[in-house]
Amino acid sequence: MLEKALYGSKRYWTWIIFLLAVIGVGCLTYLKQLNEGLGITGLSRDVSWGLYIGQFTFLVGVAASAVMLVIPYYLHDFKKFGKIVILGEFLAVSAVIMCILFIMADMGQPMRVANILLHPTPGSIVFWDVVVLNGYLLLNLIIGWTTLGADRKGVKPPDWVKPLIYLSVPWAVSIHTVTAFLYAGIPGRHFWLTAVMAARFLASAFAGGPALLIILALLVRKFSKFDPGTEAIQAIGKIVTYAMFANVFLLGLEFFTAFYSNIPGHMHPFKYLYVGLEGHTKLVPLMWTSSILAVVSLVLLVFPSVRKKEGILAFACISLFTSLWIDKGFGLIIGGFIPNMFEGVTEYWPTLPESMITLGVWAIGFLVLTVLYKVVIAVREDDTAVEH
Amino acid sequence: MSVNRRQFLKIAGVSTVLGLGGATVLNGLKRGGLEATQLSPDPRALTAKRWGFVVDVSKLKTEADYQRCIDACHNIHNVPDHGNPKDEVKWIWKDTYEHTFPTTTESEFMNKELKEKNFLLLCNHCDEPACVRVCPTQATFKRKDGIVMQDMHRCIGCRFCMAACPFGARSFNYRDPRPKIKIENKEFPTRMIGVVEKCTFCYERIAKGLPPACAEASNGAIVFGDLEDPNSEARKIIASKFTVRRKPELGTQPSIYYVIGGHENA
Repeated sequence: MLEKALYGSKRYWTWIIFLLAVIGVGCLTYLKQLNEGLGITGLSRDVSWGLYIGQFTFLVGVAASAVMLVIPYYLHDFKKFGKIVILGEFLAVSAVIMCILFIMADMGQPMRVANILLHPTPGSIVFWDVVVLNGYLLLNLIIGWTTLGADRKGVKPPDWVKPLIYLSVPWAVSIHTVTAFLYAGIPGRHFWLTAVMAARFLASAFAGGPALLIILALLVRKFSKFDPGTEAIQAIGKIVTYAMFANVFLLGLEFFTAFYSNIPGHMHPFKYLYVGLEGHTKLVPLMWTSSILAVVSLVLLVFPSVRKKEGILAFACISLFTSLWIDKGFGLIIGGFIPNMFEGVTEYWPTLPESMITLGVWAIGFLVLTVLYKVVIAVREDDTAVEH
Repeated sequence: MSVNRRQFLKIAGVSTVLGLGGATVLNGLKRGGLEATQLSPDPRALTAKRWGFVVDVSKLKTEADYQRCIDACHNIHNVPDHGNPKDEVKWIWKDTYEHTFPTTTESEFMNKELKEKNFLLLCNHCDEPACVRVCPTQATFKRKDGIVMQDMHRCIGCRFCMAACPFGARSFNYRDPRPKIKIENKEFPTRMIGVVEKCTFCYERIAKGLPPACAEASNGAIVFGDLEDPNSEARKIIASKFTVRRKPELGTQPSIYYVIGGHENA
């Protein structure tokens, strides 16, 4: 089926070449990082994780969100998701690939990565994250590819895929829970030491991932003859709305506990992020942008009559996605490191090389996504041709 | 760098000789030479069930007293000086009471002198180390004698230990440390970019019967000893004076104790 990605319009190839160019720049910058070390990033002794780990965390959520389509379609027989569920599964594939690449980009000695498997350490959450992420990648590749292949031949997917699909449901929850445990079990980082971390991760994932999927589905419809279905898109819009409210609610819980308890260690990271601490305010504009976008998206999403208009729905989804990208892909990680272990403030901002490498990874993700979606579109367009 | 190459050639040479000449040549060489020194401990080695320090900063009177302890450590361990806080690597350093004990006993009305007094900070060699718990490769591990060790050859540089350590004791080699070492100590390995390092309680010195370098240079301000031995000097000080540990509420059980207020207040 992959050969279908080799035939495309001029616009398709321009997009592919653009992505390859960004990837090329990213790779060259990565070589520089390999050579000179992570000193070329904005990371420091005090803020030792930054943009890479933030993007990784955010994208685990995007990957996990495929389950929001799998559950209604496969467990509740919600037929309207029939055409779109594959888009969710392939989005998960591309997101997990980006996750793995971001982890590699963040590693000081990436050539030693096999040490994680050579010296398996079940007590370490990273070990489990490697296991569940790779497992999830494999599950979605197999499920997506097999169901699409069956679809192309106009037959039912083979029976052995069903158990894998059911397995992918708890597995999706596991990848984001384990990722939350990376942070939520660390003593001394008050911002992360919260039992609702995993719940918040799942809520934001189930809002942000499907929001991206709506945008992608609208693009697919615009640029191809394959229509993922208006009702399906609206149904996802409903999921996004509920999940985003849950996410904002959980964030509110964090604020309550920190500020009503009045414990300085718990309040400091929130103060740093939203009003600044000891005169350090680098992240404040960004965090307020995130908050405002969250409110805008919720206002637009909450009224069914408003979100029915696809233009508004798209705008709301872009706002929501950007809001969560800032909040989870950046603020959540940096907030954990500020103030530092001595109650001092060392700020962080990504450098240009760090941003280039980050863009490069995103471009790889989009390339994988484009190729996979191209195959889907080609198969689906063939389907309609047959039907006519 | 040259020392590594030389050591490598030495080992390669010995292996070749062993390979060519077999047992006869081995007997001809110093009996059990290379391998035996690694397997059987030096009889002079200092041993303990749980190593720890008691730091009494009232005995550190001047800036130079602090610096002597810091230099003693950093010089023999080839700790680079990058000259900026971002890429900084440090095994032992000084900071104020406020920063050393941010959650413990700080108050706005406390003795100003004590509040601004400098303390010596280093790895706490915790009994329940969070860094060891999170390390995905066991590159950091706790030895039987309580020392929390770091294997710089196994470390993948994920920096999880840095996120997990509540004491900011760990440094990452963001840049190549080798050009930034002032005078290289050929007896101790240098590091490469991309690995985490920290205080190792001078495992290489106590194995030879020597006290940790900082303790030796401290004029008695740093006492090291076995925390499990009630008769050790460290335990006697802890039993008789008011001591605190950093962030005890986190349950990591630090093995570094600080005497507060000095002898006259004890």
